[in-house]
Amino acid sequence: MTDEPLLRVSALSKFYGSRVGCENVTFDLWPGEVLAVVGESGSGKTTLLNCLSTRLLPSSGTASYRMRDGQWRELYRMSEAERRFLMRTDWGFVHQNPADGLRMTVSAGANVGERLMAVGDRHYGKIRATAVDWLSRVEIDEDRIDDEPRAFSGGMRQRLQIARNLVTGPRLVFMDEPTGGLDVSVQARLLDLLRGLVTDLGLAAIVVTHDLAVARLLSQRMMVMKDGRVVESGLTDRVLDDPRAPYTQLLVSSILQV
Amino acid sequence: MTAQPTEIATYNFAYLDEQTKRMIRRAILKGIAIPGYQVPFASREMPMPYGWGTGGVQVTASIIGPDDVLKVIDQGADDTTNAVSIRAFFKKVAKVVVTTDTATATIIQTRHRIPEHPLTAGQVLVFQVPIPEPLRFLEPRETETRKMHALEEYGLMHVKLYEDIARHGRIATTYAYPVKVEGRYVMDPSPTPKFDNPKMHRSPALQLFGAGREKRIYAVPPFTDVVSLDFEDHPFEVQTFDQPCALCGAENVYLDEVILDDHGGHMFVCSDTDHCEKRRADGHHGHLAPETHLASEKTEPAE
Repeated sequence: MTDEPLLRVSALSKFYGSRVGCENVTFDLWPGEVLAVVGESGSGKTTLLNCLSTRLLPSSGTASYRMRDGQWRELYRMSEAERRFLMRTDWGFVHQNPADGLRMTVSAGANVGERLMAVGDRHYGKIRATAVDWLSRVEIDEDRIDDEPRAFSGGMRQRLQIARNLVTGPRLVFMDEPTGGLDVSVQARLLDLLRGLVTDLGLAAIVVTHDLAVARLLSQRMMVMKDGRVVESGLTDRVLDDPRAPYTQLLVSSILQV
Repeated sequence: MTAQPTEIATYNFAYLDEQTKRMIRRAILKGIAIPGYQVPFASREMPMPYGWGTGGVQVTASIIGPDDVLKVIDQGADDTTNAVSIRAFFKKVAKVVVTTDTATATIIQTRHRIPEHPLTAGQVLVFQVPIPEPLRFLEPRETETRKMHALEEYGLMHVKLYEDIARHGRIATTYAYPVKVEGRYVMDPSPTPKFDNPKMHRSPALQLFGAGREKRIYAVPPFTDVVSLDFEDHPFEVQTFDQPCALCGAENVYLDEVILDDHGGHMFVCSDTDHCEKRRADGHHGHLAPETHLASEKTEPAE
């Protein structure tokens, strides 16, 4: 890890009219670090994620990102063109529902290749070779490259979505409940895969989840949210083993034991 | 008992009222100023159904003057229903001279072809466009496609070509083949065969595109770069035919397949009827050419 963070978030708030989406969120994210944002539904996790990924504009507060050239840029002051460029090169966004993040009517190969073509790659053979490589990295058979994601299972779709996001070598990936809706064995394999990729590529990630086990497996640090506010944050193991805020204690004690 | 009306007094010159023509001319000028950009315009109801060339007719009506010579083609042919009726329409409402001769026409309204005879400076080619948005079948949201044009995000267009190669081993798009105009806007050249795409590149003629139902006008000014999209290892290619035209023997022209009988008999003939007839009048003939001579050029005076 370097001595400078990748993302600096300061007093970020989002209000929907008089309702609070998220309020006064402040944190830094370092390169290669995975931060989990946990909390019950309606606690503002997804609002926070959408604000950070500039899919939503916050009501107040700032977020700065350190670009590849080392320059700090304030996200909400960038032009839309720059934000969209960042979104498809240096960032990734993994949706809970893969259909939101994939093009369901074009082949798996084209789904992976789209970002490459968007940044100007114009060599079919090279694009295809990269797609084959990435499909194998997310454990999708090479002979499925020309199939549409419609023909894929939920777990495969999610893995394809991950490949599609990582193909341009992003430095920061946003994940919204990446394992939601998958059965536990598929979840376990996906988590294993994600953990491997994040470590290999040195990715920084912000993972929104309501599943504390996912947070425990993937993240080094976590923030617990309730009613739009961060009630506790710290190292994942510390928060889960020694929860201090009453709400975190409730959350941790609510995990079903098998 | 019929009293022939001397003229249709209730219609303005070229059917559209002057305010409408002015509005359309403004859209055309903007289109010319920003080559390949789709300019929205207030498309009018025309006395013909959508899909029959309402966009092209409005563009033609806005630029035509009494001294113009109009040619209308439909898939290259001057003698199909659509071409004949649009020609008759302008003969009636604008009293212009109409022709089938490509070289003498000043305005050529076309559906899905560019004439084989090279166009010259001063000529205007008016395309009828059904769907002006090249990204439409990849991205259904108009708000999003407009943003993609504005930000020059054209990666998606190559996704379509990628899909073609993945499925068919080559770029299988044969018509409405996407082009980039003057290095900026990706444009749908209307459903012309990709055979005609190279003719658009640095053409001396002004090319105007009208989409009546979709309410868009766009333009390619003379001598503008029009480059067909492709991959480095799968370059753009036009269709080739392994036999010449059965009637005039022309090679390197776009051919139509014509079914001759119920027993599988067929022939390939020039899609550009004017070009084919001229060649036959000049003494060229293919292997299925009838012996009788066809009357060539048909220029009719205004009514």
